[in-house]
Amino acid sequence: MMLKKNQIFKVTGLIISCAVISACDTSFDKPVGDVSYSNGTADFSKFVSIGDSLTAGYADNALYLSGQENSYPAILAQQFAKVGGGSFAQPLVSDNLGGLLIGGNENSEFGNRYVLNAETKSPEPITGTPTTEVTDVLPGPFNNMGVPGAKSFHLLSTDYGDQAGLGAGTANPYFVRFASATNTTMIADAAAQLPSFFVIWVGNNDVLSYATSGGIGTDQRGNINPATYSSSDITDPTAFAGIYTQLVSAFTTANADVKGVLINIPDISTLPYFKTVPYNAVPLDQTNADDLNAAYTAYNKGVTALLAGQPDEVAKRTITFAAGQNAVVISDEDLTDLSGSGLPSMRQATANDLLVLTSSSKIGTPKIENDQTSIWGLGVPLEDADVLIPSEIELINTARLAFNNTIKTTADANDNLLFVDIEAIMAELSTTAGIDYGTGSITAIYATGGGFSLDGVHPTARAYSVIANRIITTINTGFSANIPAVDPGNYTTIFVK
Amino acid sequence: MKIKILVIASMCISTSAFAGGYRVALQGEQATGMGHAGVAMTESAEVVFFNPASMSLLTEQTHISAGITIIDSKTKYQNTAANVAAETDNPYGTPLYLYYVRKYDERISLGLGVYTPYGNTVEWKKDWPGSHLVNNISLKTIFVQPTISFKANNKLSVGFGPIYVNGSVEFNRNLTTGLTENGNRSNVTVEAKGITDWGMNFGVLFKPAEALAVGINYRSLVNLNANDEKANFENIPDTFKSTYPADTTFDAKLVLPAELTIGISYNLNSSTILAVDINRTYWSEYKSLDLTFANGAESNNLRNYNDVNVYRVGIQHKLSNALTIRGGAYFDSTPISDGYHTPETPRNDSTGLTAGASYKITKQMEVDVSFLYLMFKEFKASYDYIDDNNPATLDTSFKGEYISSVKAIGFGLNYKY
Repeated sequence: MMLKKNQIFKVTGLIISCAVISACDTSFDKPVGDVSYSNGTADFSKFVSIGDSLTAGYADNALYLSGQENSYPAILAQQFAKVGGGSFAQPLVSDNLGGLLIGGNENSEFGNRYVLNAETKSPEPITGTPTTEVTDVLPGPFNNMGVPGAKSFHLLSTDYGDQAGLGAGTANPYFVRFASATNTTMIADAAAQLPSFFVIWVGNNDVLSYATSGGIGTDQRGNINPATYSSSDITDPTAFAGIYTQLVSAFTTANADVKGVLINIPDISTLPYFKTVPYNAVPLDQTNADDLNAAYTAYNKGVTALLAGQPDEVAKRTITFAAGQNAVVISDEDLTDLSGSGLPSMRQATANDLLVLTSSSKIGTPKIENDQTSIWGLGVPLEDADVLIPSEIELINTARLAFNNTIKTTADANDNLLFVDIEAIMAELSTTAGIDYGTGSITAIYATGGGFSLDGVHPTARAYSVIANRIITTINTGFSANIPAVDPGNYTTIFVK
Repeated sequence: MKIKILVIASMCISTSAFAGGYRVALQGEQATGMGHAGVAMTESAEVVFFNPASMSLLTEQTHISAGITIIDSKTKYQNTAANVAAETDNPYGTPLYLYYVRKYDERISLGLGVYTPYGNTVEWKKDWPGSHLVNNISLKTIFVQPTISFKANNKLSVGFGPIYVNGSVEFNRNLTTGLTENGNRSNVTVEAKGITDWGMNFGVLFKPAEALAVGINYRSLVNLNANDEKANFENIPDTFKSTYPADTTFDAKLVLPAELTIGISYNLNSSTILAVDINRTYWSEYKSLDLTFANGAESNNLRNYNDVNVYRVGIQHKLSNALTIRGGAYFDSTPISDGYHTPETPRNDSTGLTAGASYKITKQMEVDVSFLYLMFKEFKASYDYIDDNNPATLDTSFKGEYISSVKAIGFGLNYKY
């Protein structure tokens, strides 16, 4: 076979023209961003979000500026702006420290945000004097009505923004900062803006405050009067359902055409706060194990004698240690009360108990200084507040599932409302693989997973952006919209000291 | 005609160069015009690189070839799930060569080659979505090869040359997707200059018939060992500063793999030559890029490259005594396996189209021009082995779609007397 001269010229010409003309330029068949965005059937001109810390952008145990800027409602609003969304005002704090001043004084309950000390591998509050003064009330209205700590019933409370109630605990400093009047309510300030679009994510604290306190509160099932509740109690599901209906109708009454998104409550066992500290990770050598076994001989014998007819409880309460990794000793108020015989209600933990994050700094340290027989979790049982036992977890889940049922039913009953299943999203985040967001992934592993901030309960900015993307996906499907997602890789995770 | 070619050449800064890995196959403008096939070609001093055995077959007492290629490469990245796109902003690559051959006697020729067969310059926008794998990399190598060739008889020649290699590399990436100090991403720069090693180039040429030549060439593996070279961690939070110190040093090994080429050239008629080469590059030597820092910290980055073949075909045709034109093509496959695709070598399989021409200005002097255009398909890829020695890491996999383009234009000069 021989190439003719003119064939050679043709090949050469092709290559040279490729080099010169743009036909050979490189581009994807479907480049990102090369689509027209649309609001579909929804109107984003006035978007209001209402809820708790998760709505406010709280992270690392504080509400700080960059957290607010990366709150999921702020991310949503930024994307809504591409499809006719209006401005979005947030009650911004004054700094990136996050601590609050009340009447000029720092307050241990509202300290600075956590940063990770890479040397001690522990979180610690960032140093600095906070500058956010609670009593400097900001002029609203604010599109982001997220108030850290708010429970469902707080959204209807006329005391919640009243500075005078700060000492008594009936008011919340985060709402005091921006309440439109001392006797207003969160929902009133939200609905008064006549939103065209809203998101409600409430109910987290209705179970979470009980859970993070290790179950020291009371389950208020059957008591529909929240005014009688203490701060660590579980809200009655009937009360929750009534409140929830009022919250939704506040928006639908203000604007009959309003559309919105309702978000449910995640399972607490998917949060690092409850899944980081293992129940059985106390290392012992043979000598220590022998010493401890000797110390518990009397307790084990006493339990065996007094509970002769209850072999199951005897087995549960018999405390033994061995060389290697051992389960910690915890208090369990569900055990038969033998305190009259001098035997405390204690047992070794099992995989069904959830140790709270803060217990990690307690386990292995002596209760009484320099007394090596008073080591927490070994010589001395961890306290009720350090652990959620199965009965407590069940109370939490029973209430939470009832709340979630209310939320889902409410959304399903109204074509203008969409439902976002954050419970499923958080469950996905807590798997080994975590959530793949496209350019990377996040998991629920404490400190290194990228999904949770250093308080172990609140998401990182990156995880908030993942949540925002999931909400956008739901809106795109439910309201025939085409709103672009954000790149979670652009959002921060934890901060190292 | 000469003017026309130069005008076209100056109009389009465009031709092609490399695929996966960091081998830049542009070591002779005449060969480049023919799909970079040349192990059995015996036309110019380019044989110093392509097959030292052929030095003895050059016609004149002295042959000199020199050339430079200008590479314009670009890679685009996107991830539809995260709705992001990025593209490289690479400077022009400029591989170059100088070859010199002188006949010592009828059987023996001596030569010297200076060339740059490995290199890589990729610059992504700082802090782009894959910045925890690479922000920018610049690899430069220069090979210096004194060479001798021996003509055993009219059919068989052999050639050999030791190679002195001098390399430099500069690389910067962010430590993780998240770690910052005061909002600035924590990153590391490693810089090694003037690291050296020795290799060798060996070739055999066999001419069973007047019109046919068969060539074999082997260039050995070169390991560039960086010892106590500069590393600098920047924007590191205070409590990580002992793990990631500023102004430290590192050790690492960079692999420049061996290459075996077998090919033929066949004179179709008195003015037309066909050349076919198969290149095998022994990339499987490149298993991992391992860095050890002065404080003992390690960074292990799995690569697990595969050996690959490149198939090349080219044709040259003498239009007149003064003008020769060339065309060629090659198929270059990537040495990178699924799951190991990092954006520091962002290219996949490619098909290269080449063209070239030479024009005799005088009896002694000839100028070359060559064009290369590499065609890539867009492809999905991921890197799934992000360094797990990194105590700050929270990253698993980086993926997306890539598409690349490479164009190059080369200019050469040949002188013989």
